[in-house]
Amino acid sequence: MVLLQAVSGLIGNTPMVDVSQLSPNPDVRILAKLESQNPTGSVKDRVALAMLEAAEASGELSPGRVILEPSSGNTGIALAMLCSQRGYELKIVLPESVTVERRQVLEAFGVEIISSSGAEGSNGAVRLAQRLSDENPDWVFLYQYGNQANPRAHYEGTGPEIVADAPEITHFVAGLGTSGTLMGVGAYLKEHNPAVKVFAVEPPSGERVEGLRSLDDGYVPPIFDKWGGIDLLDGKRIVRPAESLLWARRLVREAGVFAGLSAGAAMAGAVKVAERLNRKDGPATIVFIVSDGAWKYLSTGAYDDDLDDVAERLADIIYF
Amino acid sequence: MSAVTVRLPTVLRQQANGQSAVSVAGSTVGEVVDELVLGYPDLKSNLLDEAGTVRKFINVYLNDEDIRFLDQLETTVVEGDEVAILPAVAGG
Repeated sequence: MVLLQAVSGLIGNTPMVDVSQLSPNPDVRILAKLESQNPTGSVKDRVALAMLEAAEASGELSPGRVILEPSSGNTGIALAMLCSQRGYELKIVLPESVTVERRQVLEAFGVEIISSSGAEGSNGAVRLAQRLSDENPDWVFLYQYGNQANPRAHYEGTGPEIVADAPEITHFVAGLGTSGTLMGVGAYLKEHNPAVKVFAVEPPSGERVEGLRSLDDGYVPPIFDKWGGIDLLDGKRIVRPAESLLWARRLVREAGVFAGLSAGAAMAGAVKVAERLNRKDGPATIVFIVSDGAWKYLSTGAYDDDLDDVAERLADIIYF
Repeated sequence: MSAVTVRLPTVLRQQANGQSAVSVAGSTVGEVVDELVLGYPDLKSNLLDEAGTVRKFINVYLNDEDIRFLDQLETTVVEGDEVAILPAVAGG
Protein backbone atom coordinates (compact mmCIF):
# COMPACT_ATOMS: atom_id res chain seq x y z
CA MET A 1 0.00 0.00 0.00
CA VAL A 2 0.98 3.60 -0.41
CA LEU A 3 1.07 6.39 2.12
CA LEU A 4 -1.45 8.98 0.99
CA GLN A 5 -1.32 12.69 1.72
CA ALA A 6 -5.11 12.90 1.96
CA VAL A 7 -8.18 10.64 1.89
CA SER A 8 -9.02 12.04 -1.54
CA GLY A 9 -6.15 9.90 -2.87
CA LEU A 10 -8.38 6.86 -2.30
CA ILE A 11 -10.92 8.01 -4.88
CA GLY A 12 -11.27 5.96 -8.06
CA ASN A 13 -9.38 2.92 -9.33
CA THR A 14 -12.16 0.77 -7.95
CA PRO A 15 -12.11 -3.02 -8.39
CA MET A 16 -14.45 -5.19 -10.42
CA VAL A 17 -15.80 -8.50 -9.17
CA ASP A 18 -17.20 -11.33 -11.28
CA VAL A 19 -20.71 -12.15 -10.06
CA SER A 20 -21.58 -14.48 -12.95
CA GLN A 21 -22.88 -17.07 -10.49
CA LEU A 22 -26.00 -14.88 -10.52
CA SER A 23 -26.21 -14.72 -14.32
CA PRO A 24 -29.36 -16.31 -15.77
CA ASN A 25 -27.49 -17.08 -19.00
CA PRO A 26 -24.36 -19.29 -19.03
CA ASP A 27 -23.00 -17.41 -22.06
CA VAL A 28 -23.15 -14.08 -20.28
CA ARG A 29 -20.65 -12.88 -17.68
CA ILE A 30 -21.76 -10.20 -15.24
CA LEU A 31 -19.14 -7.99 -13.61
CA ALA A 32 -19.80 -5.62 -10.71
CA LYS A 33 -17.78 -2.38 -10.67
CA LEU A 34 -17.52 -1.62 -6.96
CA GLU A 35 -17.89 2.14 -6.67
CA SER A 36 -18.83 1.37 -3.07
CA GLN A 37 -15.06 1.01 -2.48
CA ASN A 38 -14.54 4.77 -2.74
CA PRO A 39 -13.64 6.41 0.60
CA THR A 40 -17.15 7.58 1.53
CA GLY A 41 -18.63 4.47 0.01
CA SER A 42 -20.18 5.76 -3.19
CA VAL A 43 -19.54 6.65 -6.81
CA LYS A 44 -20.15 10.29 -5.88
CA ASP A 45 -16.65 10.67 -4.47
CA ARG A 46 -15.41 10.89 -8.06
CA VAL A 47 -17.98 13.52 -8.97
CA ALA A 48 -17.41 15.63 -5.86
CA LEU A 49 -13.64 15.69 -6.34
CA ALA A 50 -13.94 16.51 -10.05
CA MET A 51 -16.41 19.35 -9.43
CA LEU A 52 -14.24 20.87 -6.69
CA GLU A 53 -11.07 20.63 -8.76
CA ALA A 54 -12.79 22.22 -11.76
CA ALA A 55 -14.13 25.09 -9.65
CA GLU A 56 -10.73 25.60 -8.04
CA ALA A 57 -8.99 25.60 -11.41
CA SER A 58 -11.39 28.16 -12.82
CA GLY A 59 -10.87 30.42 -9.79
CA GLU A 60 -14.55 30.23 -8.86
CA LEU A 61 -13.70 28.48 -5.62
CA SER A 62 -11.22 29.58 -2.97
CA PRO A 63 -10.87 28.84 0.77
CA GLY A 64 -13.52 30.46 2.91
CA ARG A 65 -16.25 30.22 0.27
CA VAL A 66 -19.64 28.62 0.92
CA ILE A 67 -20.67 25.70 -1.29
CA LEU A 68 -24.33 24.80 -1.90
CA GLU A 69 -25.53 21.54 -3.41
CA PRO A 70 -28.80 19.59 -3.64
CA SER A 71 -28.24 15.90 -2.98
CA SER A 72 -30.16 12.80 -2.01
CA GLY A 73 -27.18 12.09 0.20
CA ASN A 74 -24.17 10.55 -1.49
CA THR A 75 -22.92 13.66 -3.31
CA GLY A 76 -23.36 15.64 -0.11
CA ILE A 77 -21.39 13.08 1.89
CA ALA A 78 -18.61 13.00 -0.71
CA LEU A 79 -18.37 16.80 -0.74
CA ALA A 80 -18.38 16.84 3.06
CA MET A 81 -15.33 14.57 3.18
CA LEU A 82 -13.46 16.90 0.82
CA CYS A 83 -14.69 20.36 1.81
CA SER A 84 -13.59 20.60 5.44
CA GLN A 85 -9.94 19.94 4.58
CA ARG A 86 -10.02 22.46 1.79
CA GLY A 87 -11.53 25.19 3.90
CA TYR A 88 -14.99 25.37 2.37
CA GLU A 89 -18.25 25.66 4.26
CA LEU A 90 -20.82 23.19 2.91
CA LYS A 91 -24.60 23.47 2.81
CA ILE A 92 -26.55 20.47 1.48
CA VAL A 93 -30.20 20.64 0.40
CA LEU A 94 -31.48 17.22 1.40
CA PRO A 95 -35.02 15.89 0.79
CA GLU A 96 -36.74 14.74 3.97
CA SER A 97 -37.49 11.43 2.26
CA VAL A 98 -33.95 10.02 2.34
CA THR A 99 -32.84 7.30 4.77
CA VAL A 100 -31.84 8.38 8.27
CA GLU A 101 -28.29 7.09 7.68
CA ARG A 102 -27.67 9.65 4.96
CA ARG A 103 -28.62 12.45 7.31
CA GLN A 104 -26.52 10.94 10.12
CA VAL A 105 -23.41 10.68 7.96
CA LEU A 106 -23.78 14.28 6.82
CA GLU A 107 -24.14 15.31 10.46
CA ALA A 108 -21.03 13.31 11.38
CA PHE A 109 -19.08 15.40 8.87
CA GLY A 110 -20.49 18.60 10.33
CA VAL A 111 -22.43 19.69 7.28
CA GLU A 112 -25.27 22.18 7.42
CA ILE A 113 -28.40 20.40 6.18
CA ILE A 114 -31.20 22.40 4.59
CA SER A 115 -34.26 20.16 4.45
CA SER A 116 -36.49 20.18 1.38
CA SER A 117 -39.96 18.69 1.08
CA GLY A 118 -40.01 14.91 1.00
CA ALA A 119 -43.18 14.98 -1.10
CA GLU A 120 -41.38 16.92 -3.82
CA GLY A 121 -38.51 14.43 -3.99
CA SER A 122 -35.21 15.27 -5.65
CA ASN A 123 -36.90 17.74 -7.98
CA GLY A 124 -37.91 19.75 -4.93
CA ALA A 125 -34.32 19.73 -3.60
CA VAL A 126 -32.99 20.95 -6.94
CA ARG A 127 -35.62 23.68 -7.09
CA LEU A 128 -34.91 24.89 -3.54
CA ALA A 129 -31.15 24.91 -4.16
CA GLN A 130 -31.65 26.94 -7.34
CA ARG A 131 -33.70 29.47 -5.42
CA LEU A 132 -31.14 29.70 -2.59
CA SER A 133 -28.38 30.10 -5.13
CA ASP A 134 -30.24 33.01 -6.76
CA GLU A 135 -30.75 34.62 -3.36
CA ASN A 136 -27.10 34.15 -2.32
CA PRO A 137 -24.94 34.91 -5.34
CA ASP A 138 -21.75 34.70 -3.26
CA TRP A 139 -22.35 30.98 -2.62
CA VAL A 140 -20.77 28.56 -5.06
CA PHE A 141 -23.46 26.33 -6.60
CA LEU A 142 -21.75 23.23 -8.00
CA TYR A 143 -24.97 21.79 -9.46
CA GLN A 144 -24.06 18.19 -10.24
CA TYR A 145 -26.98 17.89 -12.69
CA GLY A 146 -25.50 20.50 -15.00
CA ASN A 147 -21.80 20.40 -14.14
CA GLN A 148 -19.63 19.04 -16.97
CA ALA A 149 -17.07 17.84 -14.41
CA ASN A 150 -19.59 15.18 -13.34
CA PRO A 151 -19.74 13.16 -16.60
CA ARG A 152 -16.11 14.07 -17.31
CA ALA A 153 -15.01 12.32 -14.09
CA HIS A 154 -16.54 9.15 -15.50
CA TYR A 155 -15.28 9.73 -19.04
CA GLU A 156 -11.73 10.15 -17.75
CA GLY A 157 -11.84 7.76 -14.79
CA THR A 158 -14.57 5.14 -14.52
CA GLY A 159 -14.78 4.42 -18.27
CA PRO A 160 -11.04 3.83 -18.86
CA GLU A 161 -10.85 1.72 -15.70
CA ILE A 162 -13.63 -0.54 -17.00
CA VAL A 163 -11.95 -0.96 -20.38
CA ALA A 164 -8.59 -1.69 -18.72
CA ASP A 165 -10.10 -4.45 -16.57
CA ALA A 166 -12.69 -5.80 -19.05
CA PRO A 167 -11.76 -4.82 -22.62
CA GLU A 168 -14.22 -7.47 -23.85
CA ILE A 169 -17.20 -5.54 -22.40
CA THR A 170 -20.34 -5.77 -24.57
CA HIS A 171 -22.97 -4.10 -22.33
CA PHE A 172 -22.97 -1.47 -19.60
CA VAL A 173 -25.78 -0.92 -17.08
CA ALA A 174 -26.04 1.86 -14.49
CA GLY A 175 -28.62 3.81 -12.56
CA LEU A 176 -29.91 7.09 -13.97
CA GLY A 177 -29.78 9.89 -11.42
CA THR A 178 -27.89 12.93 -12.62
CA SER A 179 -26.98 10.80 -15.70
CA GLY A 180 -23.29 11.58 -15.06
CA THR A 181 -22.14 7.95 -14.81
CA LEU A 182 -24.12 6.84 -17.86
CA MET A 183 -23.09 9.80 -20.03
CA GLY A 184 -19.40 9.77 -19.10
CA VAL A 185 -18.86 6.01 -19.10
CA GLY A 186 -21.23 5.50 -22.04
CA ALA A 187 -19.44 8.05 -24.23
CA TYR A 188 -16.05 6.54 -23.39
CA LEU A 189 -17.18 2.96 -24.01
CA LYS A 190 -18.72 3.80 -27.39
CA GLU A 191 -15.48 5.44 -28.48
CA HIS A 192 -13.65 2.30 -27.37
CA ASN A 193 -16.09 0.07 -29.25
CA PRO A 194 -19.21 1.47 -30.94
CA ALA A 195 -20.92 -1.92 -30.57
CA VAL A 196 -21.08 -1.63 -26.76
CA LYS A 197 -24.67 -1.18 -25.62
CA VAL A 198 -25.50 1.20 -22.78
CA PHE A 199 -28.59 0.72 -20.61
CA ALA A 200 -30.09 2.92 -17.91
CA VAL A 201 -32.23 1.81 -15.00
CA GLU A 202 -34.33 4.10 -12.86
CA PRO A 203 -36.78 3.75 -9.98
CA PRO A 204 -40.44 4.64 -10.56
CA SER A 205 -39.89 7.86 -8.59
CA GLY A 206 -42.40 9.93 -10.51
CA GLU A 207 -45.23 7.58 -9.62
CA ARG A 208 -45.82 8.70 -6.07
CA VAL A 209 -44.21 12.14 -6.00
CA GLU A 210 -47.18 14.16 -4.82
CA GLY A 211 -45.50 17.52 -4.51
CA LEU A 212 -45.35 18.07 -8.25
CA ARG A 213 -47.65 20.95 -8.96
CA SER A 214 -47.75 20.07 -12.61
CA LEU A 215 -45.75 18.14 -15.09
CA ASP A 216 -43.75 21.27 -15.80
CA ASP A 217 -42.05 20.49 -12.50
CA GLY A 218 -40.59 17.46 -14.22
CA TYR A 219 -36.88 17.51 -14.63
CA VAL A 220 -34.29 16.25 -17.10
CA PRO A 221 -30.67 16.88 -16.01
CA PRO A 222 -28.94 19.36 -18.35
CA ILE A 223 -25.95 17.03 -18.71
CA PHE A 224 -28.25 14.36 -20.16
CA ASP A 225 -29.14 16.72 -23.00
CA LYS A 226 -25.63 18.13 -23.41
CA TRP A 227 -24.07 14.68 -23.72
CA GLY A 228 -26.72 13.47 -26.17
CA GLY A 229 -28.40 11.08 -23.74
CA ILE A 230 -31.18 10.08 -26.11
CA ASP A 231 -28.67 8.93 -28.73
CA LEU A 232 -26.10 7.57 -26.29
CA LEU A 233 -28.44 5.20 -24.48
CA ASP A 234 -29.68 1.99 -26.06
CA GLY A 235 -32.46 1.51 -23.55
CA LYS A 236 -33.90 2.76 -20.30
CA ARG A 237 -36.14 0.82 -17.99
CA ILE A 238 -37.89 1.16 -14.67
CA VAL A 239 -36.84 -1.25 -11.95
CA ARG A 240 -39.45 -1.40 -9.23
CA PRO A 241 -38.49 -1.53 -5.53
CA ALA A 242 -39.25 -5.24 -5.06
CA GLU A 243 -36.89 -6.16 -7.88
CA SER A 244 -34.15 -3.83 -6.63
CA LEU A 245 -34.46 -5.38 -3.19
CA LEU A 246 -34.39 -8.92 -4.51
CA TRP A 247 -31.18 -8.41 -6.47
CA ALA A 248 -29.50 -6.38 -3.73
CA ARG A 249 -30.19 -9.27 -1.35
CA ARG A 250 -28.89 -11.85 -3.81
CA LEU A 251 -25.71 -9.82 -4.35
CA VAL A 252 -25.16 -9.71 -0.60
CA ARG A 253 -26.01 -13.33 0.19
CA GLU A 254 -24.85 -15.18 -2.91
CA ALA A 255 -21.91 -13.07 -4.07
CA GLY A 256 -20.78 -11.41 -0.86
CA VAL A 257 -21.14 -7.99 -2.49
CA PHE A 258 -22.64 -5.67 0.14
CA ALA A 259 -24.73 -3.83 -2.43
CA GLY A 260 -27.10 -0.91 -1.93
CA LEU A 261 -30.51 -0.63 -3.53
CA SER A 262 -29.53 1.33 -6.63
CA ALA A 263 -26.89 -1.37 -7.20
CA GLY A 264 -29.66 -3.94 -6.85
CA ALA A 265 -31.61 -2.06 -9.53
CA ALA A 266 -28.58 -2.02 -11.85
CA MET A 267 -28.07 -5.75 -11.27
CA ALA A 268 -31.74 -6.34 -12.09
CA GLY A 269 -31.17 -4.43 -15.34
CA ALA A 270 -28.08 -6.53 -16.10
CA VAL A 271 -30.05 -9.73 -15.51
CA LYS A 272 -32.77 -8.54 -17.88
CA VAL A 273 -30.18 -7.85 -20.58
CA ALA A 274 -28.59 -11.27 -20.00
CA GLU A 275 -31.95 -13.05 -20.28
CA ARG A 276 -32.59 -11.50 -23.67
CA LEU A 277 -29.27 -12.42 -25.25
CA ASN A 278 -29.29 -15.51 -27.44
CA ARG A 279 -26.55 -17.97 -28.13
CA LYS A 280 -26.22 -16.52 -31.64
CA ASP A 281 -25.27 -13.19 -30.07
CA GLY A 282 -22.05 -14.87 -28.92
CA PRO A 283 -20.49 -14.53 -25.49
CA ALA A 284 -21.27 -11.31 -23.70
CA THR A 285 -19.79 -9.39 -20.78
CA ILE A 286 -22.06 -7.03 -18.89
CA VAL A 287 -20.57 -4.50 -16.50
CA PHE A 288 -22.86 -2.81 -13.99
CA ILE A 289 -22.20 -0.18 -11.36
CA VAL A 290 -22.48 -0.81 -7.63
CA SER A 291 -22.98 2.85 -6.88
CA ASP A 292 -22.98 2.39 -3.13
CA GLY A 293 -23.03 -0.22 -0.40
CA ALA A 294 -25.84 -1.46 1.81
CA TRP A 295 -24.84 0.57 4.87
CA LYS A 296 -27.05 3.58 4.25
CA TYR A 297 -30.21 1.48 3.70
CA LEU A 298 -30.12 -0.78 6.75
CA SER A 299 -32.72 1.27 8.66
CA THR A 300 -35.32 0.53 5.97
CA GLY A 301 -35.18 -3.20 6.74
CA ALA A 302 -34.14 -3.71 3.13
CA TYR A 303 -32.11 -6.82 3.80
CA ASP A 304 -34.19 -8.73 6.31
CA ASP A 305 -37.81 -7.56 6.52
CA ASP A 306 -40.62 -9.06 4.45
CA LEU A 307 -39.82 -8.09 0.88
CA ASP A 308 -43.29 -6.79 -0.03
CA ASP A 309 -43.48 -4.69 3.15
CA VAL A 310 -40.11 -3.04 2.46
CA ALA A 311 -40.97 -2.56 -1.21
CA GLU A 312 -44.08 -0.65 -0.15
CA ARG A 313 -42.07 1.54 2.24
CA LEU A 314 -39.45 2.24 -0.41
CA ALA A 315 -42.05 3.79 -2.69
CA ASP A 316 -41.72 6.90 -0.54
CA ILE A 317 -37.95 6.84 0.02
CA ILE A 318 -35.37 8.29 -2.35
CA TYR A 319 -32.70 5.67 -2.90
CA PHE A 320 -31.15 6.79 -6.19
CA MET B 1 -56.66 -3.67 -31.24
CA SER B 2 -55.45 -4.88 -27.90
CA ALA B 3 -56.64 -4.00 -24.44
CA VAL B 4 -53.78 -2.58 -22.38
CA THR B 5 -53.61 -1.08 -18.91
CA VAL B 6 -52.38 2.49 -18.60
CA ARG B 7 -50.94 3.39 -15.19
CA LEU B 8 -51.15 7.03 -14.18
CA PRO B 9 -48.96 8.81 -11.61
CA THR B 10 -50.53 10.54 -8.63
CA VAL B 11 -50.13 13.95 -10.28
CA LEU B 12 -52.36 12.99 -13.26
CA ARG B 13 -55.11 11.07 -11.52
CA GLN B 14 -57.35 14.07 -11.00
CA GLN B 15 -57.74 14.35 -14.74
CA ALA B 16 -58.84 10.72 -14.96
CA ASN B 17 -61.59 10.68 -12.33
CA GLY B 18 -59.07 9.74 -9.64
CA GLN B 19 -58.19 6.42 -11.25
CA SER B 20 -54.63 5.08 -10.97
CA ALA B 21 -55.08 2.69 -13.88
CA VAL B 22 -57.29 2.81 -16.97
CA SER B 23 -57.96 0.10 -19.54
CA VAL B 24 -57.59 1.34 -23.12
CA ALA B 25 -57.52 -0.32 -26.55
CA GLY B 26 -55.02 0.26 -29.34
CA SER B 27 -52.40 -1.45 -31.46
CA THR B 28 -49.56 1.01 -30.80
CA VAL B 29 -48.58 3.12 -27.81
CA GLY B 30 -49.63 6.18 -29.83
CA GLU B 31 -53.11 4.76 -30.42
CA VAL B 32 -53.39 3.94 -26.73
CA VAL B 33 -52.45 7.50 -25.80
CA ASP B 34 -54.90 8.93 -28.38
CA GLU B 35 -57.66 6.75 -27.00
CA LEU B 36 -56.77 7.73 -23.45
CA VAL B 37 -56.98 11.48 -24.11
CA LEU B 38 -60.23 10.95 -26.04
CA GLY B 39 -61.74 9.43 -22.90
CA TYR B 40 -60.09 11.93 -20.55
CA PRO B 41 -59.62 15.20 -22.50
CA ASP B 42 -58.11 17.02 -19.49
CA LEU B 43 -55.07 14.76 -19.72
CA LYS B 44 -54.23 15.85 -23.23
CA SER B 45 -52.34 19.07 -22.54
CA ASN B 46 -50.38 17.33 -19.80
CA LEU B 47 -49.20 14.50 -22.01
CA LEU B 48 -48.78 15.94 -25.50
CA ASP B 49 -47.36 19.14 -26.92
CA GLU B 50 -48.98 21.10 -29.77
CA ALA B 51 -47.31 18.83 -32.32
CA GLY B 52 -48.93 15.81 -30.69
CA THR B 53 -45.68 14.32 -29.41
CA VAL B 54 -45.05 13.27 -25.83
CA ARG B 55 -43.84 16.23 -23.77
CA LYS B 56 -40.22 16.43 -22.68
CA PHE B 57 -40.89 16.06 -18.99
CA ILE B 58 -43.05 12.98 -19.47
CA ASN B 59 -41.72 9.47 -19.77
CA VAL B 60 -43.92 6.78 -21.29
CA TYR B 61 -43.00 3.17 -20.61
CA LEU B 62 -44.24 -0.03 -22.22
CA ASN B 63 -43.82 -2.90 -19.74
CA ASP B 64 -41.39 -0.64 -17.84
CA GLU B 65 -39.24 0.19 -20.90
CA ASP B 66 -38.99 3.83 -21.99
CA ILE B 67 -40.59 4.03 -25.44
CA ARG B 68 -38.09 6.72 -26.53
CA PHE B 69 -35.64 3.81 -26.91
CA LEU B 70 -38.18 1.50 -28.55
CA ASP B 71 -40.18 2.74 -31.56
CA GLN B 72 -41.56 5.72 -29.65
CA LEU B 73 -45.30 6.18 -30.25
CA GLU B 74 -45.15 3.62 -33.08
CA THR B 75 -44.20 0.89 -30.60
CA THR B 76 -46.57 -2.07 -31.00
CA VAL B 77 -48.62 -3.22 -28.02
CA VAL B 78 -50.21 -6.59 -27.42
CA GLU B 79 -53.08 -7.72 -25.23
CA GLY B 80 -52.24 -7.45 -21.55
CA ASP B 81 -49.36 -4.99 -21.96
CA GLU B 82 -48.92 -2.24 -19.43
CA VAL B 83 -48.23 1.37 -20.36
CA ALA B 84 -46.97 3.60 -17.54
CA ILE B 85 -46.85 7.38 -17.73
CA LEU B 86 -44.47 9.09 -15.30
CA PRO B 87 -43.15 12.61 -14.85
CA ALA B 88 -39.36 12.86 -15.24
CA VAL B 89 -37.70 13.01 -11.84
CA ALA B 90 -34.11 13.72 -10.89
CA GLY B 91 -31.93 11.43 -8.82
CA GLY B 92 -28.49 11.82 -7.26
